[in-house]
Amino acid sequence: MTNDTVLKIPRITPKNMTEKEFFYGHKACAGCGGSVAVRLALKVLGERTYTALPAGCMAAVGFIFPQMAFNTNALITTFPGVASMASGIAAGAKALGQKDFKTVCFAGDGGTADIGLQALSGMIDRDDDVLYICYDNEAYMNTGIQKSGLTPYGTLTTTTPAGKNIHGTKTNKKNLFEIIAAHDIKYAATASIGYPQDYINKVNKAKHIKGATFIHVYASCPTGWGTPTNTSIEIAREAVDCGLIFLAEYQNGDYKLNKNPKEFKSVKEYLTKQGRFKHMTDADIEQVIAYRDMKWERMRRNWNS
Amino acid sequence: MERPVKKDFKRPTHINDYPVGPQYEAGHLAETNASWRSVRPVVDNDKCINCLICYMVCPDGTIMKTDGKISVDYDYCKGCGVCAHECPKDAIAMVKEEL
Ligand SMILES: Cc1ncc(C[n+]2csc(CCOP(=O)(O)OP(=O)(O)O)c2C)c(N)n1
Ligand code: SF4
Ligand code: SF4
Ligand code: SF4
Ligand SMILES: [Mg+2]
Repeated sequence: MTNDTVLKIPRITPKNMTEKEFFYGHKACAGCGGSVAVRLALKVLGERTYTALPAGCMAAVGFIFPQMAFNTNALITTFPGVASMASGIAAGAKALGQKDFKTVCFAGDGGTADIGLQALSGMIDRDDDVLYICYDNEAYMNTGIQKSGLTPYGTLTTTTPAGKNIHGTKTNKKNLFEIIAAHDIKYAATASIGYPQDYINKVNKAKHIKGATFIHVYASCPTGWGTPTNTSIEIAREAVDCGLIFLAEYQNGDYKLNKNPKEFKSVKEYLTKQGRFKHMTDADIEQVIAYRDMKWERMRRNWNS
Repeated sequence: MERPVKKDFKRPTHINDYPVGPQYEAGHLAETNASWRSVRPVVDNDKCINCLICYMVCPDGTIMKTDGKISVDYDYCKGCGVCAHECPKDAIAMVKEEL
């Protein structure tokens, strides 16, 4: 599908989006960012959607017998196998002659960047007709906050404690978006629940592309991040504004930065208001800023935007 | 209301009452989430400009936009305060729940 046909997709906004809810009555913590990502995506995709979720918070809070918060066809998959199981669902529905349906995965950062990566790679390789959405709360939250491949430098988790000598996570976030784009996937994007209309637009775009598509959405977790429940959207917006999270798309072989600010907001302010970064020293924060600047220098140099 | 509502559910008392496989009806809600809340969002419709930001960002989907007027499904709202925090017109107040 070319960019031109994609542009003709009718825009979905909160004004015209369906009043129907497809993720409702779930047991996520109050203010859970992941549930914003799941809820909005399902409202864009609509009723004729098959939903697959590996182990993780969104599966755990959605299916608590007999409480079925998914109001569409939905199932929990094996932890590493969500992409291959979704591939199977899409193939099965096609074999049954079904038309006008979409298959979507919602997997966490751990379920995507670590444990489910191989199945996801295969799904993209086969160009199966599945939209894969990774909601990134930067740790294995459902099992009590362990470090994943998408946990950023300095983060306190239960497996990367902060003490006198070691100040939390020692590694940087994996370049997940670039890993996915390197497959030459039809469409990949990054998003943040702090910019919900941008996220809605990207889900809508992916909905209309046949074949494998991928969205990496930054989704706050008040419980794991040590933030007040009411700031979940604000904190996800600030992550973008201070440059630690970027909004971009990959399509037809081209990378595009959707937001390329002249100036970033304060990284220190973003970090110090979260319990998971409270222990960080000024030197730690300098290191985060240096890594951010290196990454942006690279993106601006290599991605035409 | 275009969202699932709580249905009566008889708790299984015998193994035969359970479904054969681990599957169940979509959108089946056996309980509400109202008891999680210590504060409730109260919308001042005079201040509200119907921008629908609160509607978009509610993690629980409990803001309703029906009939061009914002209202809240208090059965499932958890009182997180995201809606009030994001409202550009300060049209939502978080009010303490009284028992
Ligand atoms: C094969 C396997 N290993 C480990 C687990 C335990 N487990 C369940 S959820 C989870 C964490 C998932 O983290 P993530 O994918 O980031 O999603 P989140 O909970 O943060 O939403 C883990 C480790 C499992 N269910 N299956
Ligand atoms: S632990 Fe975090 S991701 Fe999991 S339900 Fe709670 S807020 Fe959401
Ligand atoms: S308090 Fe939270 S759950 Fe309740 S309506 Fe507002 S955003 Fe939704
Ligand atoms: S965010 Fe505020 S002004 Fe906008 S619709 Fe909600 S209550 Fe009204
Ligand atoms: Mg996670």
